[in-house]
Amino acid sequence: MTTTVIDPATTTRTSDPSSASPRRSRRRGSGGGAGAYIVLIALALFAIGPLVAVVFNAFKNNAEIGTNPLAPPTSLSLDNFTEAWTRGDFATTMRNSAIICLGAVLGTCLIAGLAAYALSHLQVPGSGIVVGYLFLGSALPVQLFLVPLFFLWTQLHLVDNLFGLIVIYWATDAPFATLLLRSFLLKIPKDYTEAARLDGASDLQIARRVVLPLAWPGFLTVALIVALWSWNEFFWAITFIHDPKLRPVATSFLAFQDQHSTDWGMTSAAAIFMLGPVVLLFLVLQRRFVSGLTAGGLK
Amino acid sequence: MTTAVAGTAVRAPGAARARRRSAVIGWAFLAPLLVLNLVVVLGPSIATVYYSLTDWSGLGPAEFIGLENYTKAFTDPDVHQALLHNVIWFVLFGSVPMAMGLLGAYLLSQVRRFQVLFRALYFIPYVVASVVNAAVWKMLLSPTSGIGHQFGIDHSWLGDTATSLFSVNFVVDWHFWGFLAVIFLAAMQGIDPQLYDAASVDGAGRWQQFLSVTLPGIRPTMIFVILMTVIWTLKAFDYIFIMTQGGPAGSSEVVSTLMYKQAFNEYSAGYAAALGLSMTAITAVILAVYQYLRKKGWEDE
Repeated sequence: MTTTVIDPATTTRTSDPSSASPRRSRRRGSGGGAGAYIVLIALALFAIGPLVAVVFNAFKNNAEIGTNPLAPPTSLSLDNFTEAWTRGDFATTMRNSAIICLGAVLGTCLIAGLAAYALSHLQVPGSGIVVGYLFLGSALPVQLFLVPLFFLWTQLHLVDNLFGLIVIYWATDAPFATLLLRSFLLKIPKDYTEAARLDGASDLQIARRVVLPLAWPGFLTVALIVALWSWNEFFWAITFIHDPKLRPVATSFLAFQDQHSTDWGMTSAAAIFMLGPVVLLFLVLQRRFVSGLTAGGLK
Repeated sequence: MTTAVAGTAVRAPGAARARRRSAVIGWAFLAPLLVLNLVVVLGPSIATVYYSLTDWSGLGPAEFIGLENYTKAFTDPDVHQALLHNVIWFVLFGSVPMAMGLLGAYLLSQVRRFQVLFRALYFIPYVVASVVNAAVWKMLLSPTSGIGHQFGIDHSWLGDTATSLFSVNFVVDWHFWGFLAVIFLAAMQGIDPQLYDAASVDGAGRWQQFLSVTLPGIRPTMIFVILMTVIWTLKAFDYIFIMTQGGPAGSSEVVSTLMYKQAFNEYSAGYAAALGLSMTAITAVILAVYQYLRKKGWEDE
C-alpha cells in the first residue's frame, strides 16, 4: 500500500493524463484505421476477457463450468450469489470494509489536508525537507518496517483491531494524499488567505472556510483513491487482522476462495461482490480515478 | 510558546512576528502527519536496523548477535534462489507490460474514436483488487476449468515448478500494462504534432516515426517508469503470496515473500529484519544511481 511518489519533476509530466483531452489527439492521414482498431480491440479483450469470464461463471453451476469454462451461461441462476453471500459472511465483512474505508478516508483527508495547507499557504522553515521526505519515504519497502510495527501493534493491542488497521492506512496513504492536495492548494492564490487573515480569521477558519471550498476536487480525488486502496488492500489486512469477524472483504474473500477453491461458480459470485462496486464507480468517475492514480498512485 | 512569540513581538516588527506565528502554526498543522509517520514508518524502520543485528522471534526479547544474520543471508541458498527470481521477475515485468503499454498507447494516440472507452477498458484490471484478479486467474489457469482445459491442455500452470513464477508474473503483467498504457498515452499527447508532420514529410513510415519521434518524446516518462519497475520488482509480493505462496518448492519465491515467511511462519524476525533492510539498501542504491545519472543530464539531453 505504500505509495511511491519519487520525483516531482518527472511525475508532473505524467501527472494528469485526463486533462490532456483525447480529442486533441493528432489527426492521421489514411491507413491508420482498421489495423489499429483490430489491435486495440484485441488488447481490450485481453484486458477485460478474464473479468467477463468471471461474470459468466457466476451464473453457472460447476458442471457447466467444467464442460464450458469460457462460454456465456445458458441460464441466469442467482444461486451462486445467495450462497456466496451467506457462506462468505459478506454482510459482516462488507460492514467492516465500509468502516475501514470511511475511517481511512476521513482521517487521511484531515491529516493530509492540514499538512498540505501548511506546506502551501504557511511559511514553515524546513518545509522543503518535509516534502522531500514525503517523496522519498514513500519509496521505502514495507518490509523495512513491517516486523517492528507488528511487534509494536501487538504491545498496543492494535492487532485484530479495525482502528489499528485504519491508523496504518492513515500513515501509508497520507504522504501521497499530502503531496496531491498540496499541488491543488498551490493553485489557490495566497491573496485569498492573506485577505482572510487580515480580516482576523484564524488559520483553522481559513483552512475550513476559504481553502476547503476551493480545494474540494483535490479532496474528492484523495477520498476516492484512499477508499479504493482501503477496499482492495490486502497486505496489511492479512497481517494485522486474523479474527474472521473483523476481516475486510479482501482478506475474507481470499479465505473464502481457499476454502471453496474448486467451487468456481460460487467464488466467481463472491468476486463480483468485490469488484462490482469498484468497476461501477470507476466507470462513473473515470477521469478522477485515472488522474489520481497516475499522479501519485505509482505504487 | 505563545509567550515567546509575544516576547519577540515587542522587539521585532510585525512581519517577523507573523513569520514566527506562521511557523508555529505550520508545524502544528504538520504534526499529525509527522507523528503518525514516526510511529508507523520511521520508528519501526529504525528499530529494524537494530533487530537485524539480533536473534529475535518477533515476540520475546532480542539477543544481540552482530552481523550473523547478514552473513547467513549471503550464504543462504533460499535467498540466492529468491534473488534470482527477482531478477527474472524484473526482466519480464520490465519488458512485457512496457511493450504492451507502448503498443496500446501508440495506437490509441493514432485513433480518434473510442479513445476514452479503450483507455477505460485497459485501466480496469488495475483498479480491481489483487485478491480478485488472482482468483480470476487461478480459475482461468486451473487444469480442470481454465483456458487450457477448454483447449485440451490440462496443465497446472501454478502447480508446476517450471511454470509457477512465469504464470504469476503473467497475471501481474496483465493487470498492470493498461496502467502504463494510460501513462504513456498522456505523455504521447504532449508531443508536438508538427514533429510527426515533419517526419512524415521526410518520408518516415509509422514505425520510424515511433522510433524517431514518439520514443524520444516520452523519454522522461520512460526512464521514470523503468526506475519504478526496479522498485516495484523488489516490492513484488501480493500476487505471489496469494497465488502460490512462493511455491511449489520455492519455485516462485522472491525476497519479499521469503522475508514475510521468515518473520511470521519461521519466527526468525531478526533474520527477516536483515532481509528487509538489505532490500531497502538495494532500493536506495538504485535511487542514488538514478539521481546521479539525472544530475549528469542523462535524462534531459
